[in-house]
Amino acid sequence: MGDAESVGLMEKKYSRRSFIKGVIAVGATASSTGYLLGGPLALGAQSIPGATERLITLNVNGQDRRVDVLPNETLAMTLRYRLNLTGTKLGCDRGECGACTVLIDGVNQYGCSMLTHQVRGRAVTTIEGLENPDTGELSLVQQAVLEEGGFQCAFCAPGFIMSMEAMIKVNPSPTREEAAMALSGNLCRCCDYDKILTCAMRAAELARSV
Amino acid sequence: MADKLIGTDIAPPDLVAKITGRALYAEDFRPDGMVFAKMLLSPMPHCRVRSVDASRALAMEGVIDILRADEVPQREGPRESCLTDEPHYEGEPVLAIAAVTEEIAAAAIEAIDIDFEPLPFVLDPLETLRPGGPTAYSEGNLFGRAPGAEQGDPATFRDFKWTEADFVEIDGGRMPSNAEAVSEWSKGDIDAAFAGADLIVEEAIVHQSLTHHPMEPRTNMAYWENGKLYAHVSTQSTQRTKFAIAGAVGIDPEDVVMIAEYCGGGFGSKISGSTPMQIPAIFSRKINRPVMLRITRYEENYVGRARPGFQSWVRMGFQSDGKCTGVDLFIVEEGGAYGSGDNGTAGAIADLIYTPENMRFRAVSMYTNTPPKAAQRGPGGAQIVSMLEPLLAKAGHQLGIDRLEMRMINAPGPDVEFGPRGSTLTSVHAKEALEQGAELFDWAGKRELSGRREGSKLSGIGVALSPYTAGSRGRDGLMIIRPDGKLYVHQGIGNLGTHSVVDTALPAAEVLGLNWDQVEIVWGDSSRGMPYSTVQAGSQTTHAHTRANHAAATDAARKIRQIAAQSLGGSPGDYELDNGRVFRRGGGAGLSFAQVAERAIQMGGEYDGHTLPEDIHRETVPAAQILAGEGLMGVAKDNYGGEGSVYTFVAGFAHVEIDSDTGVVDIKEFVGVTDCGTVIHPRSLGAQLYGGCIQGMGMAMTQRWVFDPQYGVGFATRFYTARPPGFLDVPLNMKWAAVGIADPQSPVGAKGIGEPPVGAGAGALTAAIVDALGGTCLCRTPLTPDIILAELEGRESPFGKLDQHVG
Repeated sequence: MGDAESVGLMEKKYSRRSFIKGVIAVGATASSTGYLLGGPLALGAQSIPGATERLITLNVNGQDRRVDVLPNETLAMTLRYRLNLTGTKLGCDRGECGACTVLIDGVNQYGCSMLTHQVRGRAVTTIEGLENPDTGELSLVQQAVLEEGGFQCAFCAPGFIMSMEAMIKVNPSPTREEAAMALSGNLCRCCDYDKILTCAMRAAELARSV
Repeated sequence: MADKLIGTDIAPPDLVAKITGRALYAEDFRPDGMVFAKMLLSPMPHCRVRSVDASRALAMEGVIDILRADEVPQREGPRESCLTDEPHYEGEPVLAIAAVTEEIAAAAIEAIDIDFEPLPFVLDPLETLRPGGPTAYSEGNLFGRAPGAEQGDPATFRDFKWTEADFVEIDGGRMPSNAEAVSEWSKGDIDAAFAGADLIVEEAIVHQSLTHHPMEPRTNMAYWENGKLYAHVSTQSTQRTKFAIAGAVGIDPEDVVMIAEYCGGGFGSKISGSTPMQIPAIFSRKINRPVMLRITRYEENYVGRARPGFQSWVRMGFQSDGKCTGVDLFIVEEGGAYGSGDNGTAGAIADLIYTPENMRFRAVSMYTNTPPKAAQRGPGGAQIVSMLEPLLAKAGHQLGIDRLEMRMINAPGPDVEFGPRGSTLTSVHAKEALEQGAELFDWAGKRELSGRREGSKLSGIGVALSPYTAGSRGRDGLMIIRPDGKLYVHQGIGNLGTHSVVDTALPAAEVLGLNWDQVEIVWGDSSRGMPYSTVQAGSQTTHAHTRANHAAATDAARKIRQIAAQSLGGSPGDYELDNGRVFRRGGGAGLSFAQVAERAIQMGGEYDGHTLPEDIHRETVPAAQILAGEGLMGVAKDNYGGEGSVYTFVAGFAHVEIDSDTGVVDIKEFVGVTDCGTVIHPRSLGAQLYGGCIQGMGMAMTQRWVFDPQYGVGFATRFYTARPPGFLDVPLNMKWAAVGIADPQSPVGAKGIGEPPVGAGAGALTAAIVDALGGTCLCRTPLTPDIILAELEGRESPFGKLDQHVG
């Protein structure tokens, strides 16, 4: 996923290795628990010793949001549990399924595999940010999915839709093979792939016509 | 019925919520004061808790309390509790901690000093059958009424073993001729069938176990308010889960508010919710705060259920014309920690798809120390189709008969009788599905691909027939026309992704002459009133609830006509319903449904639901009472009756290319055609058909559980180690169709679709691989590239013939 420039930028500051090391070091609680989350501030939560929350500003769906985050907190957790943007789903907690896909500066990325601190100063877009804020109109991708009746249980839908948003910008005239490749970082356990692909092709068609 | 809506693509009313992130799944709720629970999972496959010291954990800032096994309902025998001090599989929840954040709860779990006593364990059912082999429970490896026990005697544990002589045959690669079976049935004379057969095909076949891994793990949240339990559960079935959780927690079902508007897939693993749903329910009562139990993917692997594996021997006899005359099947099922019974259906379906006159079925299902098993889409059926269709292909190769012809000769017709009780079916159009599929696939044109080699690519084509139960009778429908003139169809069935929660309302709209935008679906919250419903399992829903909603809509239509006749004169039979109005046939006076609803409220009695039919289920009564007085009520039991079982058939066709350099199988093309009666909603039917077939491809190719035999712990615990099909694993070239002949015993004519596509996807693939390999059956699923490559290179298989849990 993602274009070279964006990935390069990220890797300069946070290599995959340092990311993993950071998570292991701070979330020393690992073994039986998978990835962890810091809870809502409203609960008066104290974090575990050694993990200090820091107040940062994030640009999410066009708005600056002030939020306290832990050093090891993933973007998906911040979105879901600090900002209450629950449209971003957690399917696997570690980059296997794509349910948590969001856009970072327009590029689709797994929210579970980025630290929130990595996205400071960058534009984060979630499924909640796709509709036109003034008119409530659905994005072209959402319109396409609605027309084609996409998705079954739809737990994967927000992630797929974010990948489609990124796809139509990079390649607005994909073949079905290219669209499948562009969406191959997202998993659908209902295996509604045929219909999802039809939605993606329709989304590209709509994008070309504007 | 006028077909204004049935058979057309309608807009599911929940789709906008699903694609904007507004759809709330269990993990998306945030009541005030909500805290997080985390479970301590057993690190061993079988052990006993010796001691627990939680003082360090409970002293941590932010930790609220601990929940132990002695605070939750425990049941005798091999029956699951939500927490246990004697875990019977690695990953079984032992205790839970609640804290203000999930992170603190997890840190507290790590701060618990717990000591386990390791106990003997067994992973492979054949190992527990061996004389002297270990047992999954300290008390034994089988649970039930002992042989010779009286009716009414309690079930007990016993140690069930086969003999040394049985294992001499097994270790020699043969079916144990005299091994004792726990379930057994036969028909005809199997020995005579084999004596007279022109060809006998005999194999030992392994089907490995695999997890369900729905996209949404079984996260649950609960709280109590005014003595009522508010349960947010990830579940396939809403109304039935209300009763399941009430029973598990020990409260009156009417004290449960079940909220489950969306479920991120279950595939049989969340039929009535799941065992972990008890933890937040009980914990929140203890600490008087809402409790969220977020299940991670890692935890889901353990508590999330799996399809049981089979180790089997089969012998099939054929006449020279390709007709199967005898099937001798022995299944050893891996029951996991809490047992499973897929083998019975597997035996019946083997009988149904090969229609042998002679059949012997024998099976044992053994407890093992692996995570619990449950129905997985097409339980028993999908495994056996995937295992036996390659044998039909092999027999076809040996007899020199086209595989489609073999499939047709052995397919059941409408008068089929099968299984231990000679079951009959309401409708069978399997041959039509095969014919239609062969045309769509261009079987005749593709026959030349069979076994063709081009460079490193070997081609093969395969066909499979997969039936499964697809209906049930006698549920209730409940709906109300409110003074806004709209029909509100109250659905107790869950919104599990199949669209049946929407699609089963179509017949009601049709009966009442409504357009789709005049219909609202009420679902996902038991406080809004839900009728007695089936579980969303066994593909029953579409059949059962198109009937129930048809019955309730017919009740509403009768009442509407009576109101019209009373208000406008004439007799009820003079009136027609269309477009939200009732009017006199041939023109003349009429009423809008809004007016009818007002009138019904004034008239009371049965019209607005103050008087209810006597034959509706007691579970429907409180639901109808919630709605009484709010409009014109349609409420009825499905009394349409019927004889025989309801089965849907799917014929699957696959074209594969095997790369002989890598062993990788590329699925080039797939066609699925179903006999599922009347098509209600084509787009959702197609999605179900493809989705099930692709799940079958994953089952046949990549997904399986792998365990370390020495320590009994799982290796393939995540998506990437037991990979379900992704975009690049499935053919872009897929086609589907439906035979579309109505089931004569339902007023709507529809049968279910969920289960049978899985076997069709898997079986067509495994049969196509036999075809590409020139008639050699590898007799194992999943068929990972290493297995295929070993065969192609003439090396010994990487696994023993009967090995389970390998990869």
